[in-house]
Amino acid sequence: MALLGQYAMNGAMLGMMYALVAVGFTLFFGVLDIIQFSHGDVVAAGAFAGLLAYAALTALGVQAPGVLLLAVTLAAALATAIVGVLVARFLVLPIKGAPQLNVLLVTLMMGTVVRECIRLFFPNGSQPQRFPALLPSSGWNIGAFYLRFDNVILLACGALLIAATHLLITRTRLGLAIRAVAQDEETARTMGIDFKRVVLVTFAIGSVLAAFAGVMDGLYYNEVFFGMGLLLGVIGFAAAILGGLGNLYGAIVGGFLFAALQTVGAVALPFASAYKDVFAFGVVIVLMAIRPTGLIGERASERV
Amino acid sequence: MKAAAVAAAATVFAWLLLRAESQTSITLLILLAVAAAVIAARLRFRVSGPSVLAFAAAVVLALLLREDDFSLLLITRILIVVVACLGLNVQFGYAGVVNFAGASFFGVGGYTAAVLAPRLPHVLVLLFGGAAAALVGSILILPVLRTRGHYAALVTIAFALLFRTFLEVNDTLGGPQGLKLPELVIGPFHFNDSVFDWSFYLRYVALGLVLVALALAVVQRLERSWIGVSLDAVRLDEIAAASFGLSIARWKIAAFTIGNFITGVAGALSAFMIGFIAPNNYAFSESLILVSILLLGGIGNPWGLALASAIVIVLPEKLQTIQEYRFLLFAAMVILILLFRPAGLLPRPLRRLKT
Repeated sequence: MALLGQYAMNGAMLGMMYALVAVGFTLFFGVLDIIQFSHGDVVAAGAFAGLLAYAALTALGVQAPGVLLLAVTLAAALATAIVGVLVARFLVLPIKGAPQLNVLLVTLMMGTVVRECIRLFFPNGSQPQRFPALLPSSGWNIGAFYLRFDNVILLACGALLIAATHLLITRTRLGLAIRAVAQDEETARTMGIDFKRVVLVTFAIGSVLAAFAGVMDGLYYNEVFFGMGLLLGVIGFAAAILGGLGNLYGAIVGGFLFAALQTVGAVALPFASAYKDVFAFGVVIVLMAIRPTGLIGERASERV
Repeated sequence: MKAAAVAAAATVFAWLLLRAESQTSITLLILLAVAAAVIAARLRFRVSGPSVLAFAAAVVLALLLREDDFSLLLITRILIVVVACLGLNVQFGYAGVVNFAGASFFGVGGYTAAVLAPRLPHVLVLLFGGAAAALVGSILILPVLRTRGHYAALVTIAFALLFRTFLEVNDTLGGPQGLKLPELVIGPFHFNDSVFDWSFYLRYVALGLVLVALALAVVQRLERSWIGVSLDAVRLDEIAAASFGLSIARWKIAAFTIGNFITGVAGALSAFMIGFIAPNNYAFSESLILVSILLLGGIGNPWGLALASAIVIVLPEKLQTIQEYRFLLFAAMVILILLFRPAGLLPRPLRRLKT
């Protein structure tokens, strides 16, 4: 029972992280019909920016965990928003009309640039870095299962963020503009929507979500690694596809589904934890083979 | 005549660069080459000549450097990477099948060689390395065929990450420590014995040249034939190609398998030469380096990728300051190339049906 609760908690945390990353992928695909392959590494950039803010503040003598946590989150969000907007403005928008392969390669290589920058320029960056535990580690005992406060807080924050994104997309004028651009760029332009601004804002929103995923990853595992974005990126993207690219709910469902598969796989399969990542990537490949356009699916026909 | 002069100049330059010791002279030589390239581009300088010239230049270069182990090792590494990239070229350049797991298929070749080397004649081992890569690739065929563009890229990236993680946690294949290989023996030739009093790497250079020649012959004939035309059609417009009766699936499978085979053979030779393989040699970043070479040289042009392989391998080895930063530099270089010169350094020429 305690073990089951532990697995469920672990799965929920993973699912929330995947969902946050997947929502970013799906937003970018919506407005530009492109995949931002560096999105995973933007997650890592967020986590490391948070770490930098933490180091800077502790060096200044700030001790209060609340202040530190706020600073870490803000720094992460700011850093990822900047990276996301720069990628959109200088890499993706200029080659929007180029072959898909070029866009894919540019963003993929940008991911490498971000990853390598962390490895080379963060102090001792090639080693995994300890991420400070800023949330209270106490909790409740429910039977034999120990429910930690920090996990609950992280899950609640993640859910709030996704709900906020949902409200932003469905209830505000900005969201209306984003949806209009996603539906038909040209018509949106003729209706007076500033296409470029909408794209940049969308990239900022998506990247900020990635920052939270990064900070969440750091707080949950107490460790961040320069290559962590690769796994999160690939799985986040797979989750977005699974839910149907361009579909916000699909991305969330996809993220949790993926986490569930991974958790169940880790429990059910005998070779267990060592092959955890192998299993996850294997699932990505198999799912792509079975349902190449996702569970919910996109429009099947296309204009020739 | 012009081609011979260029080949001679390139040989002399390569010799100077590989012999150069001080960082200043290396930097000067590289600047000189860049200047020459810029001037050549301005003058719209074009050469064409028989491929034999390039091979002759490589042989002369190897003989000039006959006692210099390190330079010969670099030359062999270039030759092996050229073979691997020729394989990727069939996939990316002709059929338009994306494959971001180049280093993984290279690794499949290497690990196959390590496992089979004690048991089989080594010529067969090289071939089996390629066959194993093609076979492993066939696992990916279904997802790659059923998906397009971004999705296919995701599948190969997932495979590249899976492969590396698998090797690290798997104990039978040596885990993170990797495997050792015995000396390469083909017929009467023992590859770790020196030739006369010269470096034993000369044999590897020779074998590398043979492999490059074979791969080049296959790839160039493929391109010139009706197969190449079909592959181009599939890459340029799947719907149009299908409506002209071409089987998209068949040509994609053919290109993917041929490409992986060639890459796998290169991987097997590389494993023999280094004598030792580990998961770290086959990381995702190495796959990205292979793709960078392809883009830098100009997708679809074998000579472009030979030039790009030389640049990508020799630069970090000779300029020690950039060694640590090479992944960063090459990634940035590819971004700049894609933004400003998407066709690469030596773009693929139009198909000439008469010679």
